[in-house]
Amino acid sequence: MTYKVIGKRVKRVEDPRLLTGGALFVGDVNLPNMLHAAFFRSDYAHAKIKSIDTSLAKEIPGVVGVYTAEDMGEAWEPGPPLVSPPPTLEGVVFNSRRQVPLVKDKVKHAGEIIAVVVAESRYIAEDAVEEIYVDYEPLPAVTDLEKCLEPGHPLVHDDLDSNLAAYLVQNKGDYEAAKKEADLVLKRKFKLDRGAAVAMENRGIVVDWDQKNQHLMIWDTTQSPIPIRNGMAARLGLRTHQVRVVAPFVGGGFGPKIMMFYAEEMVLPWLTMKLNRPVKWIEDRKENFYATTQEREQVQEVEMALSKEGRILGIKQKIIHDTGAFDPYGLTTPLNTQSHSMGGYDVQNYNSELFVVFTNKIIVTPVRGAGRPQGIYVVERMLDIASKELKLDPRDVRRLNFIPKDAFPYNHEIIDQAFVELVLDSGNYLPAYEKALEKIEYDKFVQEEQPRLRAEGKYVGIGVVPFIETTGVGPYEGARVAVEPSGKISAATGVGTQGQSHMTSFAQIIAEELGVEVEDVSLVSGDTAEIHWGTGTFASRGAVVAGNAVLAAASDVRKKVLKLASKILETPEDELELEGGLVRVADIPEKSISLGELAVLANPFRGAVEPGTEPGLESTKYFGPAYGATAFGVHGMILEVDPETMMIKIHKYIAVEDCGTMLNPLVVEGQIHGGVSMGIGNAYYEKLHYDENAQLLNASLADYLIPTSAEMPHIEVYHENTPAPNNKLGTKGVGEAGAIPVPAAFAQALENALPDFNLEITETPLSPNRLYELLYKSEE
Amino acid sequence: MKPAPFKYYAPQSVPEVLDLLNEYGYDAKVLAGGQSLVPMMNFRLVQPAVIVDINKIPELSYIEPHDKGVRLGAMVRHSQAEKDPLIKEHAPLIHETMPQIATVQIRNRGTIGGSLAHADSSAELVVVTTALDAKFKIQNQKGERLVPAAEFFVGLLTTSMESEDLLVEVQIPPMPAHSGWSLKEVARRPHDFALMGVAVILTLNKKDRCTEARMVYLSAGDGPISAPEAAKLLIGNEITPELITAAAEKAAADEIDPGSDIHATAEFRRHLANVLTRRALEEALQRAKGGN
Amino acid sequence: MENTFELSVTVNGTSYQKVIDPRTLLSDFLRNDLELTGTHVGCEHGVCGACTIILNGDPVRSCLLFAPQVHGQEIITVEGLGTVDDMHPLQEAFREAHALQCGFCTPGFLTTLVPWLEENPNPTEEEIREAVSGNLCRCTGYQHIIDAVKLAAEKMN
Repeated sequence: MTYKVIGKRVKRVEDPRLLTGGALFVGDVNLPNMLHAAFFRSDYAHAKIKSIDTSLAKEIPGVVGVYTAEDMGEAWEPGPPLVSPPPTLEGVVFNSRRQVPLVKDKVKHAGEIIAVVVAESRYIAEDAVEEIYVDYEPLPAVTDLEKCLEPGHPLVHDDLDSNLAAYLVQNKGDYEAAKKEADLVLKRKFKLDRGAAVAMENRGIVVDWDQKNQHLMIWDTTQSPIPIRNGMAARLGLRTHQVRVVAPFVGGGFGPKIMMFYAEEMVLPWLTMKLNRPVKWIEDRKENFYATTQEREQVQEVEMALSKEGRILGIKQKIIHDTGAFDPYGLTTPLNTQSHSMGGYDVQNYNSELFVVFTNKIIVTPVRGAGRPQGIYVVERMLDIASKELKLDPRDVRRLNFIPKDAFPYNHEIIDQAFVELVLDSGNYLPAYEKALEKIEYDKFVQEEQPRLRAEGKYVGIGVVPFIETTGVGPYEGARVAVEPSGKISAATGVGTQGQSHMTSFAQIIAEELGVEVEDVSLVSGDTAEIHWGTGTFASRGAVVAGNAVLAAASDVRKKVLKLASKILETPEDELELEGGLVRVADIPEKSISLGELAVLANPFRGAVEPGTEPGLESTKYFGPAYGATAFGVHGMILEVDPETMMIKIHKYIAVEDCGTMLNPLVVEGQIHGGVSMGIGNAYYEKLHYDENAQLLNASLADYLIPTSAEMPHIEVYHENTPAPNNKLGTKGVGEAGAIPVPAAFAQALENALPDFNLEITETPLSPNRLYELLYKSEE
Repeated sequence: MKPAPFKYYAPQSVPEVLDLLNEYGYDAKVLAGGQSLVPMMNFRLVQPAVIVDINKIPELSYIEPHDKGVRLGAMVRHSQAEKDPLIKEHAPLIHETMPQIATVQIRNRGTIGGSLAHADSSAELVVVTTALDAKFKIQNQKGERLVPAAEFFVGLLTTSMESEDLLVEVQIPPMPAHSGWSLKEVARRPHDFALMGVAVILTLNKKDRCTEARMVYLSAGDGPISAPEAAKLLIGNEITPELITAAAEKAAADEIDPGSDIHATAEFRRHLANVLTRRALEEALQRAKGGN
Repeated sequence: MENTFELSVTVNGTSYQKVIDPRTLLSDFLRNDLELTGTHVGCEHGVCGACTIILNGDPVRSCLLFAPQVHGQEIITVEGLGTVDDMHPLQEAFREAHALQCGFCTPGFLTTLVPWLEENPNPTEEEIREAVSGNLCRCTGYQHIIDAVKLAAEKMN
């Protein structure tokens, strides 16, 4: 299908306001009579609370109130379970333990909230927080993933027998039988550590209870306003129409701004209803490190059985996944790890045992990539190591194992985050891989460049890694599209926007369908007053799920427009076209009627509309895929390392991306660039350092190092297009893709750059210090 | 992350500042560029009762020739020093150091005096002024005194100044003839505090024998750390690659005292010190021989 | 209030007089007292650069200044660079090159770059990377920002 607007590099409609300081973020909401909240957070990661003294804090002028769990009375209850384990999985152990609004008896991670201060300004509220005194009985902290399941280990949750949050096994084929046939059985242990999402905007919430109107207004930095609305209403004993949640412009999400029902989100609505005044809380950066969810910590033992030609006969895996102090988001992340541990390879035998453990660290929920980078990391590292052992070209090993083009749809058989067996809907992996090798000039590099540079004393290496990304999972999204009497289009969808360009990409779909300009479409995302049903922006699903809902609604409006226009223009529908905001007769362009005029006619002031018809040129439609659309990509980098200082410079970076139909290539490329920067952080810069007391040692942007422009290479992005067969647009998600393969490609390139050091990398992130240790050890 | 309350004063002259410091003693904190102080106040790690803002005193922002070197008023901002032709000519090591300090926004606000008075052992200016044997002019109500760098920096974030003292000027002596210099550092990201760094000044006689050598390290202990024993290996000799290696190893192994933190262990810091000393000596030697 | 400061300051060409608590951070003063919410706060410890404003012509972090420090001085914020209908060439270029996604860090990039481009009208990619290395962005990987600066330099020449 050829499009006029879809797939074009359209400039974003949201930009002018963002560029001139005129866009509304939650932190910008200031209401008359508004109070400000600040939280007293535990310094300890694991401690019993013996007593809390808030008396001095209450005496500070400007303080309106100081509250603890006791004050909440019956309103105190933990957050809701967000994602339970898939019912389709058999024999699952799952212990659901959710975060609480204010800690009652025992602190389970540093930064948990013990008391809240409400005051006339944030400054005063913070003054009062300093005057709260808590008497603790410190307890030994649970931090070590491998030791925390040992008998007698301290417990995060005292009512459980162990720190096991969940256990399950996924199996495909017969690994043990396959192993017997193998020429090589490799076994390695991997350590994947924690990082933070670090959206530039911290979280925030402003709440305003209107007593007379019995209505609660919430501005929230959430990726999922509708589930927040539904959950808030349920918690507060209100009807959904009594709660409106607006996620205006949100300054980056990357996962943790999902419908978490964070403690602060649970406390503030209670406060506004209690005090009958608006209350505001904006997370500061320090709080963001202590209170906003994190990800990626796992220990894995992986065994891979291969033939001497490099064919993967089977993979056996044991994953210990850290969920932090609570597990509100169920098993989404580790299931993603499992579903990506075979990569895009045809692996017939797979056995994966998953242990999810509680620790006294900050809660784990998906962060851009969401378990996928860990799966890709282990399978790609294993293939690199196997290639060395078998003395094979790592490229040939990958070529041999890719799922062939004609095998799609390909049932991966592993239950993934969509709760169904992962079916790879479509793909054509080998050409994308070859394209990446060609674009990075792999042969030229290894044959000419690398030897030349090494002769000059420079250590340069190349890494090229393919990956899959499951995207576009259900359950569903909706969209409402309406033609206004002005002829302009209004639209709404429930997926909040945190930079994904929804207001433009979705407008492109509507513009394509209704023959209007992109600028004529005004789309609201993230306001529950505009659409009632939906879930949110996560799992790289917006373009697929909401995008196709937008298409369905716009198509339905198009039908209504044609039907009415056909009657008025006395022309059969199939002879009409929509162009330039008009419906016109294809052969007689001057015979036309504008969309605005039609909208007026569709909403008559007098007389009845015909039976069976609805007023207006409006439609609300939903899209719910049976299973997702799986994207594919290949990233390659050439880096240089100084093995004396451990400083690294990435000289070249290419990405080949197949996300099916692109709605807007500018946006797709931007998503990849951003993902890569997080991936580079995950490879060499970003690590959350916890000590043995589960204290976070680097809770600032001075010590948690996200890449700056100086660390980032120029990224060349190339596109392949294998349209998704299960949605009309043919789109696949791309939001998380960029972050997924980077640590694996980085490790491959680093090993390639340092052949003299016998380096084998089985951990991420690395750091100069860690690299020094690895090199120093291998020199011994 | 909001600062605790304080009383704010913005005196217009140095005597007024000295009056306030005399009155409030350790309750007062001088606010110069504020690029280290304000973050600490926002984290509430520091809660001074009184802030004495010295940004309204125009006479502390001069850069002038002085005794064949230069002198800088304490309120010269980093970006001002970075672009100043006098500094480029008479204090090339300072000139080269400036762009390596923090980010452009910080340099636009941060001051030379503030950075030095803060005495962070990972700050480039601290080691560079020590290597250059700079002198610090300090005033209080009783008068003024000139303190050499070696006596100014006395420990972790500590100078020899008392609560009533104000740093008003830094004097940078000229680079001796036939000298070469170098500043080498390793930071995670270019503008982060360096994991390790060294400032080197080498002076040669006409026969290319080393007459003076200074090596001063950052992030290597509680303050700027000098390596006089390593320097002794060089002084009096023609500097060979073997000598450079020996001096670098000596300094890294015996003279510095780095700590461990989340970014680097002491062992890695010693390794880096060795590498950087070698590289810095090589560059300084080349410059001293006139190779720029 | 006993501990107050009477502040006069010019922001985007408009003079303001306000009585404030002297500890008020300039970022909070601009956002709350003047309702100029285009200046964003990302870290309050001087690392992220989102709160960058132009003080007497130079980009500085507004989270590292107490509001009384700008008494009698001139400030330009993102609101002063251009309007929706009349954007600065750099703002136009940011739009054209898709140099912003969530847009939260963008005001800090713009206020850093507008004075810089005046001094560096023909920058190289490396120089641009250095110039913006004090501004963190989590969405773009900086690439489209670099592209936008090049484009703006072309437009402005």
